[in-house]
Amino acid sequence: MAANPMTQFEVYRIGPEIKIGEFDISFTNASLFMVISSIAILIIFNIGSKKNSLLPNKLQLLAELSYTFVSKMIGDTAGSKARPYFAFIFSLFMFVLFCNMLGMIPYTFTVTSHIIVTFMLASFIFIGVTIIGFIKHGFGYLKLFVPSGVPAVLLPLIVIIEIISYLSRPISLSVRLFANMMAGHTMMKVFGGFVISLGIVGGWLPLSFSVALTGLEILVAFLQAYVFAILTCIYLNDALNLHH
Amino acid sequence: MIKKIVFQLVFFSFLTFEKVFAAESGGMPQLNPEFWFSQIFWLTLTFGLLYLALSKLILPKISANLESRKSQISDNIEAADKQREESEIKLTEYEKIISNSKNEAKSIYNQAREKALKDINAKKDILDKQIDEEIRKAEDEINLLRKDAPTKINKIAIDTASELTKKLIGAEVNNSNISAIVNDLFKRDGEKYYGN
Repeated sequence: MAANPMTQFEVYRIGPEIKIGEFDISFTNASLFMVISSIAILIIFNIGSKKNSLLPNKLQLLAELSYTFVSKMIGDTAGSKARPYFAFIFSLFMFVLFCNMLGMIPYTFTVTSHIIVTFMLASFIFIGVTIIGFIKHGFGYLKLFVPSGVPAVLLPLIVIIEIISYLSRPISLSVRLFANMMAGHTMMKVFGGFVISLGIVGGWLPLSFSVALTGLEILVAFLQAYVFAILTCIYLNDALNLHH
Repeated sequence: MIKKIVFQLVFFSFLTFEKVFAAESGGMPQLNPEFWFSQIFWLTLTFGLLYLALSKLILPKISANLESRKSQISDNIEAADKQREESEIKLTEYEKIISNSKNEAKSIYNQAREKALKDINAKKDILDKQIDEEIRKAEDEINLLRKDAPTKINKIAIDTASELTKKLIGAEVNNSNISAIVNDLFKRDGEKYYGN
């Protein structure tokens, strides 16, 4: 095969090298697509919220549907106490969704296909949720690791399992998104390579697969953003309403 | 044909594009820590600014828009309900007026009918009375005539009998004898002739 399917994840510097002390903070293609995603979100939602007509136009409808969609998602999973965190979860959902979707355009870069990006988001959520939990419940938040109705013999084991599962939240959250994005884009690139190597005669089959995969990947892009946001809501729910 | 060429060009450009980078790659670029700090920095910057802009500027506006639309719609629904109630009240009023006027018309009709019937009956009574009077008068006359009839007939019979006897036997017969016979016959068979 001619093309390495991993080269699409290559990060390269755009413009000059910028350094703060030891750290390299140069503007890269990843940075470019983060900026593009953010600006796209801001433009769409700014236009969508500018005019308040009784009969909304398309962008206003889009903005309002997204608003009610995220609002309903938070209300269903984390309850009314999660109201102050609405803006954060909305931004998170939109950012991940736009990064995923922009990555579906050929020749673009998928920001969320990098473990460091998803891990930063996930660990920020993890640390934030843990802080919220301790602020709301004090040391009572540790009761999260002690489920009710478990026999005393099993309790040490269960507590250890609960702690491990709690600590692995940022890893599972970040790896889920990163792996989905990377696998999807790699698979599409592999099928694209097959189209080239099989040529005009045999290339139609992998091409049709590629078309179908594009549809699937758009679904996955939406679904993973949704899963990312809804898991954040669930973690937030644990911190706000201690159920155990 | 042109489409096909363009199509192939796109895919061959893909190929050359990949060849440029194929040489320098090895393993997963995600695990290369060269640009990790840059990515963290730019993620924090862009996501932070996005969060600030959305939470401070855009989301409050969308929420206000939704609220205002909700209140406007509920206001409109309220107004529509009010108008419907009003129209229902007006409808009942209208129906009341219609039923009232219907009843009035009915009573007027009945009054007129009764009056007409009364008039007719009065006229009929008067006419009946007149007719009865006429009939009675006629009957009286008939009765008078009928009462007189036997005596006249008896007289004629007596005269005829005396004339006949004179012509037949040439002798005068006493009228009183004949009248006695006629009276006798009248008494016996009068019923048969006059049917009184």
